[in-house]
Amino acid sequence: MSKIHIPTPLRQYVGKQASVEVQGTTVAEAMNALVAQHPELRRHLYTEDGKLRAFVNLYVNDEDIRYLQKEATSLKDGDNISIVPSIAGGAV
Amino acid sequence: MASTTTEIPVTLSKDEILRYSRHLIMPEVGMEGQQKLKAARVLCIGTGGLGSPLALYLAAAGVGTLGLVDFDVVDYTNLQRQIIHSTADVGRKKLDSAADKLKAMNPFLNLRTFDTRLSSENALELFRDFDIIADGTDNFPTRYLVNDACVLTGKPNVYGSIFRFEGQASVFATEEGPCYRCLYPEPPPPGLVPSCAEGGVLGILPGLVGVMQATEVIKLILGVGEPLVGRLLLIDALGMKFRELKLRKNPDCPVCGTHPTVTKLIDYNEFCGIRGEEKPVESADSDMQVEELKRRMDAGEDLFILDVREPHEYQICNLGGYLIPLNDLPKRVHELDSSREIVAHCKMGGRSAKAVAFLRQAGFTKVHNLAGGITAWADRVDPRVPKY
Repeated sequence: MSKIHIPTPLRQYVGKQASVEVQGTTVAEAMNALVAQHPELRRHLYTEDGKLRAFVNLYVNDEDIRYLQKEATSLKDGDNISIVPSIAGGAV
Repeated sequence: MASTTTEIPVTLSKDEILRYSRHLIMPEVGMEGQQKLKAARVLCIGTGGLGSPLALYLAAAGVGTLGLVDFDVVDYTNLQRQIIHSTADVGRKKLDSAADKLKAMNPFLNLRTFDTRLSSENALELFRDFDIIADGTDNFPTRYLVNDACVLTGKPNVYGSIFRFEGQASVFATEEGPCYRCLYPEPPPPGLVPSCAEGGVLGILPGLVGVMQATEVIKLILGVGEPLVGRLLLIDALGMKFRELKLRKNPDCPVCGTHPTVTKLIDYNEFCGIRGEEKPVESADSDMQVEELKRRMDAGEDLFILDVREPHEYQICNLGGYLIPLNDLPKRVHELDSSREIVAHCKMGGRSAKAVAFLRQAGFTKVHNLAGGITAWADRVDPRVPKY
């Protein structure tokens, strides 16, 4: 089992949970399990042709998957996946 | 590192020595550090939620020259978190309000105010006279502008960002470290990520994150500790959890990579795809004005008021409408009767415009968008309705 941390702007699509536990041996499998459980999340994370959106970064523990094996990065039990989208707020 | 380019040695007066005594007796600061602070020139972009604590603490700490860039006016809804402004400042320019507080806080401060919106035309010129840039802005175009201008001028970008009860902080665009574009090459499309005005923000959060930015600025000036270079700090105020992610300098980064394609400032509104979507949408033929709604309601016409805001907004004020939050509309559309005339509203008219577009696609023909939302209703029809 891996734990996927859900950032605030996306919690409304996962029943307001801060994290979701999923099965998967790779990041792609875990993310597929996540969007299968919470279909509304899909369009926020993936483009229509199924690619991860450019402003959504995925981390396994504290490493950016772009510098590992991207979505093929393998997972071991207890790994933490973080979805880190860009946020802009500050002054408003 | 980025302490100063000034050659003139700075000295502290007797009054300054007393004022900064708690710094001077610390070996990590000391007289040398305090002189570095005095010689330092820091530019704060924005004097809002993040800029308030940032500017106050930097001024208190003895940063010699503080620049402020802002064009905005203090409004009543700012006071919940923008602690540099007070109730009496509502309606004043944020720069004037901030300048009063900062000068009162520390008369030794050399304050430089720039009453302008940071733009591709003025950013490089503005940054030139400063050593460190602290980004306290609130929108993606300015975030990318600040980042690119920092990379192009070689100034560190002390970054903080907030949403609801979550924050991010880092130090970008140092010589050895990654920049904001290494982390996020592209901005999200407009509308996919709600702004603070739509999403709300816990009032203390900009305090927490702004003080972290101030801490990083001071460490950079003093050259002590471990700055947040190459690290993204994630702050969850609700869980009071702090996590840290590794950031890497991307060799293919379009602005700080080995073969940059962005070598001058660009049109950041275009880059971020902004076409004024944050503002109330322009009038369309499906729009209904609040006066017309009032007249028709008073005449007893059969109108179905659909409120597409969130339940907690409904609790603040409502027009007695039927509540279906915009996000729930697709799965609850069957609750609506397409034979009735529907007037959709939200706070400002943006979300309800999306609701109207959705309902039209779903085959509803008699739907209107209440232009300006419940805010326009409060302004023009019923002043007893609270605004938020």
